Amino acid sequence: MDTFVQLTLNGLTLGSVYALIALGYSLVYGILKLLNFAHGDVFMVGSFIGFGALQLLGGSTDPIVPVWLLLILVTLAAMAGCAVLGVAIERFAYRPLRDAPRIAPLISALGVSFFLAYSVQLMFGSEQRDYDAFSLDGGALFLTGFNIGNVRVPLLRIIIILSAFVLMVLLWLLVTKTRMGKAMRATSHDREAAAMMGIDIDRVIVFAFVLGSALAGAAGVMFALRAPTAATIGFIAGLKGFTAAVIGGIGSIPGAMAGGLILGFAEAFTQGYISTRWSDLLVFVILISFMLLRPQGLFGKADIKKV
Amino acid sequence: MTEPNEQQGPRIGKDEWVARHGDNRDRRAGVAGTIEERLRNVPWWAWLALFTGIVCLLPIGFESGYVRRIAFDTVIFMLLALGLNVVVGWGGLLDLGYVAFFGVGAYTYAFLSSDKFDVHLPSILTIPLACVVGGVIGLLVGLPSRRLVGDYLAIVTLFFFQIFLTVTNNGENLFGTDVTGGPNGIINVDPLSLFGRELPVSADGIFNVAYLYVALGAFVVVYVALRLVDRSRTGRAWRSLREDALAAELMGMPVSWLKLMAFAFGAAVAALAGTLVTALNGSVFPQSFEFPLLITIFTMVILGGAGSQAGVVVGAILISVLLEVLREPGDARFLFYTLGLLGLFAAFRLSVRLAVVLGGTLVFGLIAHAVAGSVDDAWTAGAGGDGGRLADWAVHWVIVPADLAAWVTPVSYIGLVSLTLVLTLLRGWTRLALLVPTLYLAAFVWENVMLPKPEPTRFVILGALLVAVMVARPAGLLGEKRVEIV
Repeated sequence: MDTFVQLTLNGLTLGSVYALIALGYSLVYGILKLLNFAHGDVFMVGSFIGFGALQLLGGSTDPIVPVWLLLILVTLAAMAGCAVLGVAIERFAYRPLRDAPRIAPLISALGVSFFLAYSVQLMFGSEQRDYDAFSLDGGALFLTGFNIGNVRVPLLRIIIILSAFVLMVLLWLLVTKTRMGKAMRATSHDREAAAMMGIDIDRVIVFAFVLGSALAGAAGVMFALRAPTAATIGFIAGLKGFTAAVIGGIGSIPGAMAGGLILGFAEAFTQGYISTRWSDLLVFVILISFMLLRPQGLFGKADIKKV
Repeated sequence: MTEPNEQQGPRIGKDEWVARHGDNRDRRAGVAGTIEERLRNVPWWAWLALFTGIVCLLPIGFESGYVRRIAFDTVIFMLLALGLNVVVGWGGLLDLGYVAFFGVGAYTYAFLSSDKFDVHLPSILTIPLACVVGGVIGLLVGLPSRRLVGDYLAIVTLFFFQIFLTVTNNGENLFGTDVTGGPNGIINVDPLSLFGRELPVSADGIFNVAYLYVALGAFVVVYVALRLVDRSRTGRAWRSLREDALAAELMGMPVSWLKLMAFAFGAAVAALAGTLVTALNGSVFPQSFEFPLLITIFTMVILGGAGSQAGVVVGAILISVLLEVLREPGDARFLFYTLGLLGLFAAFRLSVRLAVVLGGTLVFGLIAHAVAGSVDDAWTAGAGGDGGRLADWAVHWVIVPADLAAWVTPVSYIGLVSLTLVLTLLRGWTRLALLVPTLYLAAFVWENVMLPKPEPTRFVILGALLVAVMVARPAGLLGEKRVEIV
């Protein structure tokens, strides 16, 4: 029972990070119908920006601001940095190829992903970077919390899960309640028709990249608070975020959340009950079966192709 | 332009232009145009024969095992590029699992001729078998493409790649038996054997040049075979599929089958390349089949021109040589400044602007160097590494500090990337003005950041090249420009 609770907790934490990455894929795919392969590397860059901000603010052992403010500032720095990066990627790597054959922006995205991963390696080396969250406030983030049975639920986990959900709810409100959100939904439905209705398509696309990349930046910080980050984590994280988006139905926001959680649980339980070595494989098997049996995902609508 | 032919019937409007877009090509004036036209009319097999002849003579000019080994690796890259060209260039499908097929060939060869399972089949059997295995697995991986369109297919292939890596890395305990040897791979693989005699990997400690000829022979066979396929019904069907899959289906073409065929052809070629590499290395490890290799092959195909066989071969040679040169700091430095100068010449020709940019950069650098040196000697005291006269010259112009402060690396690198991107947006004199500090910053980053770290530098350059070619010239060096039919 204790193992089960522990694994559920792990799954929930992992899942909320995956869900945040998946949302970025979904937003961009919904509007541009483009698989942004570079998204996982934006996530990785986010974790590095967070690390840089943490060092600027005095490091985790001796921060110059209170811990709560430190966490917020680090997350905001990563979100802002990633948003700028996302806009730059869209402007220089995808926009020139918007009317090219489908395969062209995909190859360009592959190049961007590779460029980002190795640029970080060039600048900061291939060593792991640890936020050393345990030193924050004398370990308060780990030592405070509550118990479920014999399982300790540390404060840090609660913060990660809650803030991920707050970000998702904010995104949901933004897309459903604001004018910009309406424009995004219209563009996603039919880009040309939306343009004819006076919607500035370029702005909508840039906005989608800003939102998606900022979420990836936040996810990067949340990930790195738990485990050390490195220049190479982007590829696998991107794959998993994408898998989550597909499971939930790519283009659908609640779908991305559900997909992220399903994937997080699947991974946590395989690691706990079967083997850590094969947990990645299980994720891929889930994805491929979803693609074959229900390509539109849990929440997506079947695509009716117009000619 | 030829007169409209009566037998072909009247053609009108855009269709006519499309059908004859070859005739409408821009011709250069003067001697250059004539030479270009002549070169264009040389048949493909003559180019192939000339090229093969040059590579055959290469070992005579270069005695060292190093050059021969590089030549072998380049031929393998050419094979890999030819195979990927079938899938990406002709089929228009994004195959991100391509390297896994290369690995499938390598492992199949290792299984069939090593002490691992104590099977020692002659190469005349193993190589075709490995190709068939590669092709069949290619078919199986392509199978989902019957239901999945476009991007999803790319993802399935990418996951196949991941599955391949997971299985090979953890294969020392697959249901209790040791299959792939895990990270330790399979060693003591037999060399190639022809007609019952083994072909030794090295003679007198030097790379056996016979392997180069075997690889070259495989390349020629594959090149000609694929050329024939391209000219056949299937080749034309692939092209129609790439241009518009929906239209092709409506014309009654077996779209799913064609996609599977493209996958299988590409996979078989990759598997062939895998067998040759394994036979030469005498071992196979999962680490040889990772993501950077995939990007390398993609860059070769895209740079050379997806869809053009000669193009991807040229791309493979260029990238292979580039990666090799970047290994050695002295050569890399020489290449950097030469390419920089050539790039400026290509952009500005002989003009006032070229003089302004070159002179400006030179003066800018001298001033910056003098200022930095007078503020603190340590700022310009860096050794700059070995590299002959060019290195001596470079350290008197580029600021090379003795110890690089930690913040300098990211700031200068990110600054360089941002400036380069901004430059593409500017026009006129502002562009020229910004070009001068950008060039100097590029030299600074090159000397201080990139040269000390050849490994990430190579891949950063590959990634940037892939994006740049895709954005600026999607047709690549030798590819045909797309004719858009609206």
